[in-house]
Amino acid sequence: MKLLLVPALVVLAVFAAALASLFRWSLLEFIPGSLQTGGLTLANFRGVLAPQYLGAIQDTVVLSALTTVLTLVCAYPVAYALARTPSRRVRSVLLVLTLAPFFTGAIVRTYAWVLVLGNTVVSWPVPMLFTERGVLVGLVHFSMPTMILILAAALSHIDPIYERAAASLGASPARVFRRVTLPLSMPGIMSGGLIVFAWTLSAFPTPELLGGGKVKMIANVVKDLGLDSFNWPGAAAFAMLALALTLALLTAVGRLSTARAS
Amino acid sequence: MIFRLAVVGLVAFMTLPTVVVIAVSFNPTAILSFPPAGFSLRWYENVLTYPQFQRAAVNSLLVTGGAVALALPVGTFAALALERGRLRGRHVWAAVLLSPVVVPGVAAGLGFLILAAALGLLRSRSVLIAAHVALILPFVVRSVWVSVRNLDPALERAAASLGATPWRAFRRVTLPLLRPGLFAGLLFAIVVSLNEFVVSLFISNRVTEILPVAMFNYVVNYTDPTIAALSSLFIAATFVAVWLADRYLDLGRVFLRH
Repeated sequence: MKLLLVPALVVLAVFAAALASLFRWSLLEFIPGSLQTGGLTLANFRGVLAPQYLGAIQDTVVLSALTTVLTLVCAYPVAYALARTPSRRVRSVLLVLTLAPFFTGAIVRTYAWVLVLGNTVVSWPVPMLFTERGVLVGLVHFSMPTMILILAAALSHIDPIYERAAASLGASPARVFRRVTLPLSMPGIMSGGLIVFAWTLSAFPTPELLGGGKVKMIANVVKDLGLDSFNWPGAAAFAMLALALTLALLTAVGRLSTARAS
Repeated sequence: MIFRLAVVGLVAFMTLPTVVVIAVSFNPTAILSFPPAGFSLRWYENVLTYPQFQRAAVNSLLVTGGAVALALPVGTFAALALERGRLRGRHVWAAVLLSPVVVPGVAAGLGFLILAAALGLLRSRSVLIAAHVALILPFVVRSVWVSVRNLDPALERAAASLGATPWRAFRRVTLPLLRPGLFAGLLFAIVVSLNEFVVSLFISNRVTEILPVAMFNYVVNYTDPTIAALSSLFIAATFVAVWLADRYLDLGRVFLRH
């Protein structure tokens, strides 16, 4: 039975080899105008902190934080309705409408927002397309299905009897929510928030299309350096940064859930 | 009441882009307008006759077909080993198997690009297939593992005690019982692979690019509603798939109480 794991490990070895090549190239010296590289160097990582990229790193962190908070606020009511509705039909409609974008793929969803944000019919009070605001709308929409699923799973584990008990003791609905439901759903909020934050840190198609080259996040810098400037070592250093940030955050999620379990 | 309005509003926010894409896809003019000024199928015609989309559609079929055909058995074997293999540190193995999903697309994409260049495989679809197998494997393992966990080993022992060979017991008892997990894994694998974009962008060229990459390149270069038509076709296919999955698998059960 153990041997059945071998084919999967071969697949993972290929994946690991790709990441190992990435790591190796992040330490090789870039020779402009050539795909040949020089010797080992840390210059690429110093390049990550160069002034022209600090804006992208700052934008990435700010946009990810805002996306996380807005997604939590917007996903919570839908997740609550999903977890508590007694009707199977309502649940199905909610699930299909909120999950379908999850399945339609990044390009279709992002292009749809290009149409909405760049339309000439309803004029937005402020410019939306190719601005941070527009990218934020796209990122929130992109993160919603994941967050809804995580929160709905957490909420469906809370026995409604606690809420009824608080209400029968005279708590107003707002107070029941603040003192009972919200604290009990905290594990879902924490893991959902961290997962969305980690995902958004390496978001690519949304800032690429909705930012139109004016808004850059870390992943867009990787693509610019790697595919447009053929500076693979520089791009690799940025990609390592994205990888390290994501892994650090997801390790925190793991820590959190084991701490809760014990 | 306010709560209901909020939920309806948020679901509308989730669905708005889909509705706009479908409406725009029937727009008769190349200048995007909403609501549409009339009804036309010319962009659908454009999708079907644009040579680059035809080539990309064939590439998508080849890459997704190849990747799914490899990942489904590999993932199923892995799920069986995880549950039945008496592995030490099973959770570590599970975490390793599921790890490709958490790696940022640009990191995996650039890594595969560098690896492919080193191996001289830049013009080949095999790199795309290898990357897709790794990216969809976690979804197959997860889906099938749930089914393996719910499988009662007594049923296979019963088959064996009635004289079935291990292979026959696997084929006649184990596989049919794993069907829901296999079906869910297959569905996830197809949907994820067909929509994979970031990694594929790094490792494909005009000849090998799959549909999402071709769509991205079209959006970057042109502004007519052709992509709206192609997107609508994608959305329609996805809705049918999600609806079927909900109907036969009860998605609520799959997602809310794993």
